[in-house]
Amino acid sequence: MIANYGYKDGSGEYYISIDTDKCIGCTAERACLTACPKQMFEIITDDYDDEVAWIKKPNCRTLAYDCADCKPSGGYSSLPCIAACTPGAIKHSW
Amino acid sequence: MSSQAVLVIDGELYGFNSMRTGNNSPDSATNALQGVMDKCGMKLEDIHYVVGTGYGRVNVPFAHKAITEIACHARGANYMGGNGVRTILDMGGQDCKAIHCDEKGKVTNFLMNDKCAAGTGRGMEVISDLMQIPIAELGPRSFDVDVEPDAVSSVCVVFAKSEALGLLKAGYTKNKVIAAYCQAMAERVVSLLERINVEEGFFITGGIAKNPGVVKRIEKLLGIKAMETKIDSQIAGALGAALFGYTLMSKKAAAA
Ligand code: SF4
Ligand code: SF4
Repeated sequence: MIANYGYKDGSGEYYISIDTDKCIGCTAERACLTACPKQMFEIITDDYDDEVAWIKKPNCRTLAYDCADCKPSGGYSSLPCIAACTPGAIKHSW
Repeated sequence: MSSQAVLVIDGELYGFNSMRTGNNSPDSATNALQGVMDKCGMKLEDIHYVVGTGYGRVNVPFAHKAITEIACHARGANYMGGNGVRTILDMGGQDCKAIHCDEKGKVTNFLMNDKCAAGTGRGMEVISDLMQIPIAELGPRSFDVDVEPDAVSSVCVVFAKSEALGLLKAGYTKNKVIAAYCQAMAERVVSLLERINVEEGFFITGGIAKNPGVVKRIEKLLGIKAMETKIDSQIAGALGAALFGYTLMSKKAAAA
């Protein structure tokens, strides 16, 4: 399942997509949890009883601000969450 | 705000109750549930399994389990529209959800937008108040225009409201303003749907499914007609929850 967390508003479209099929057998030892400086990731049991990562609720409404420090303008050439998630489950829409 | 309760017996829809309840308190859920049991001539004690869903899902007393509205809408739409349903749009009171599901009604892709009221029932209420026109009349009136206007440029309800007032002052009829607003809403939800790969088997749930002014414009933008159902589109989430309840109860019984 592709789970998109975030929002679209007048300023743009800010979604982090997580391919939960990759989380089920995570081969990165849940590295997203520690890689994100804002600790936005959390492991939950979803509606189909799979243990997968999601973005914590409050962050889903503030992604543009939360992730700003990690984006190229903040000096990063790759995002910590994407680099840590070697199964390639995480994508950003912006 | 409204609350819905659905009764499923042997995996089939038996009865439902949809009522305005004002808030998400445990009383809202109990009243909705009591309502459906009364309608069906049954008692609360006759219930074997309860699943709560929606914003108030953790507020449903005596629920055995809470399941998100995303999974429940997909399951409910699969029951209402059949196993050909693939793309579901739910324009609820507070949020807008775009869901892609498989032939069993299992979610394969979803997104939700609850930050902005554009594309939600709340957004429609704002324009209904502003125009002093009942919400049920907005859709039909939006087609009663000489020329289809461009969408209002802002989809944010706060700005759209002042833009609508400006258009009225500039000589737009109320119907034309409503048409411009319906078009803006349609464009907004279509842009959300595009993120989840729209496919044929398109099903709309939630209150706005009853607003042809928005629905027909969405269909035109997508080039896909929404599926029709005889069941009230507003109960899709509660129906899905009840169907999940039936499956969970059956599994529990089989394991015992
Ligand atoms: S997001 Fe990546 S690192 Fe985190 S649990 Fe899923 S697969 Fe593992
Ligand atoms: S970009 Fe940075 S703040 Fe945003 S999710 Fe990734 S690691 Fe966390």
